[in-house]
Amino acid sequence: MSYINTLMNGEQSVFSAKKLTPMQRMTLRFVVVGLLYYGIAVIEGMIMRIYQIEPISVLGESHFFAILTAHPLVGIFGSTYSIVFGAFLFLVPFLMKKPLWSIRLANSTFWLITIGTFIFWVAGFVSHFAPLYTLYWPLPADFSQFNPVGGAFFIAGIALVMLGTVFFVINVFKTITYTPEGWEKQPAGALMADAIGYSGLRNLFRKKSKQKEHLVSLPVAAIARGTVDTALNAGIILFTGVLILVYMVSHIMGFDLKESAVDALLYKNWFWWGLDLIADGLVLIFVAGTWYLLATMITGKKLFMQNIARAALLVELIVSWTVWSHHLLSDQAQPGWLKIVSGELVTAFELITQGLAFFITLATLWSARPLKMSNELKFLLGGLLGFALAVPAGIMQADIGLNRILHNTQWIIGPHVHVAVLVGLSMTLYSAIYILFPILTNGAKLYSQKLANFHFWAHLIGGIGMGAFMGMAGLNGMLRRTIYYEGEFNLYMILAGICGGLLLLAFLAFLYNIIMSVGVKGVLGLFQASENKTKDLLPADNQ
Amino acid sequence: MIDSSLVLWGQTVAYTCYAVAVILLVGWFGIAITKKGKGSKVSKPLFYSFVGMLVVIGVSLHIVTYNTIPWVPMDLDRANIKADRVFEISVEKHQFMLPEEELIIECGEKVLFNVTSYDLTYGFGLFRQDNSMLFQMQVIPGHVNDILWEFNSNGVYTIRSTEYSGPKGAQMIIKDVVRVVGCE
Repeated sequence: MSYINTLMNGEQSVFSAKKLTPMQRMTLRFVVVGLLYYGIAVIEGMIMRIYQIEPISVLGESHFFAILTAHPLVGIFGSTYSIVFGAFLFLVPFLMKKPLWSIRLANSTFWLITIGTFIFWVAGFVSHFAPLYTLYWPLPADFSQFNPVGGAFFIAGIALVMLGTVFFVINVFKTITYTPEGWEKQPAGALMADAIGYSGLRNLFRKKSKQKEHLVSLPVAAIARGTVDTALNAGIILFTGVLILVYMVSHIMGFDLKESAVDALLYKNWFWWGLDLIADGLVLIFVAGTWYLLATMITGKKLFMQNIARAALLVELIVSWTVWSHHLLSDQAQPGWLKIVSGELVTAFELITQGLAFFITLATLWSARPLKMSNELKFLLGGLLGFALAVPAGIMQADIGLNRILHNTQWIIGPHVHVAVLVGLSMTLYSAIYILFPILTNGAKLYSQKLANFHFWAHLIGGIGMGAFMGMAGLNGMLRRTIYYEGEFNLYMILAGICGGLLLLAFLAFLYNIIMSVGVKGVLGLFQASENKTKDLLPADNQ
Repeated sequence: MIDSSLVLWGQTVAYTCYAVAVILLVGWFGIAITKKGKGSKVSKPLFYSFVGMLVVIGVSLHIVTYNTIPWVPMDLDRANIKADRVFEISVEKHQFMLPEEELIIECGEKVLFNVTSYDLTYGFGLFRQDNSMLFQMQVIPGHVNDILWEFNSNGVYTIRSTEYSGPKGAQMIIKDVVRVVGCE
């Protein structure tokens, strides 16, 4: 088979977009767009890394900070939300053995996230709107630094993403609880109670003989609980966006509202409460749920200590509502008791809940020895390692004493955030992509195992290495969110840049491998209208 | 009071040891599960011991730091501690305004830095001449932002905003403006 033929039609011409069900097509679209936005986030990261080594003359300071603002939002919303939502909109009906409640709503989520991300990215690029994702009040309303029109477009883009998120939330919960046509009436209330953990909690206080059976599987319960945080987070971000838009529109119309009308500390508290529902809520819960699903799919065995795992997911949900204060340990006006209780003690629970998920996943894998070191298994181990490194780094900085010398340094963003996101989260998602790839593509063949191996090692070494060198810079005083002009931390930044280059190469190898597997025609075919109108998840010959 | 660089050194050693250990553990696990042998269940006592260890580590970290890092109890109780010297500093339009051209501190003094912002959220940090950080805090408009610090060794420090306040705030730096003198 010629190279050109493989490039156009995929490995052995196995993949055909025409044979996909609407559900497969929808999920694959999410994955493709998510990967493209991941690529943009990586390139943005590399541009900023180069800028930290030697400021690029064509890129002004304001542009650097606009990239710094867009980078995490493109990474989280454009990439991670796309891949996670696409996968879960497929997996919830797959695991519940019933059709998705609404494919149309799922497609709306896809377009809203895709277009919304594009709008805020372009708005930031053109207008240099750069209050960072933290939006510390009253910075987003500082119109001596930022153009309110560009800002309004930026916020509108974020609002579209959040609207898509709300549609995702509705679709997930409706899929769990609704009764498909021709089915016996489903116990909606009981399904919902089990999914969010209420019935499991009640079981703890019932005699063993009176305990109720679980109605939803553990991965679905994890998705449902993470989705609760997703919904709350969307509410907070939408509310904040409206508040900022009010100030922007007023300014455009010639009325300047008083910035002091909003208390900066109160704002910081509730905005971090909302943001933490992502960082310390849905990410950790979704990741734990995905680990459990992957471990059971890889081994074909039951999960070790399943009931404890369910309880830990519920604890994690409650913990995620009460940990935000660890972001305010350096705010001297923040009450001391909040710093200790929410910032330190409750945050320490994350070590326990994530540690439990780590142990349970490893124990499940151990029970099925010997295992073949498949792509999904090696990426799962990489994901586990990422969180094993990043969570303790986070627990250390969530300490009043250590935070005094770590807050806003590269330590926070390196060993904690980037290792958690790039190694922990991304490798878990890659594991899910590798395991779902044959299911979603009706058995398409992977083009090259050597490329998959390179993808794994380059990503793992690049991710951990970048986090490590950023961490060393942070321990030596290098701040995040600023520019160093005198090459103070060049050694660390060059080494981190080399590791970032490895991450980029890993991504390119993966992208090339996938394109060669399904072909250019296959990728383009995903975005054509589906001829197949079935509500089934998979075609009849792939079930 | 011990210097914050010593605490950073301790943290570096502790985290590096942990990171190497956990990388080796996962590496070993990856090799072990692919080797010939029979799958066996992990014992429950091992699981509960692991949970217990996590609880002990999570709680003891804060107890240890409270009792070994001297600025923690001082920070939490700073309202009841009389400072030997107070510096009132204000920030507006991305500029620090200091009470004196150079802030001189005598060895052993407990110094209160009271920083007021009149517009945006900023940061306030002292940095050594090798760019490493002595300490920092956030500076929120409309609130009291004060930090008490005891200086026990001679040194020259740079003030730098440690929080992003827009592109105009990228270079909020006053070089070598705090001087500690008189230590032997």
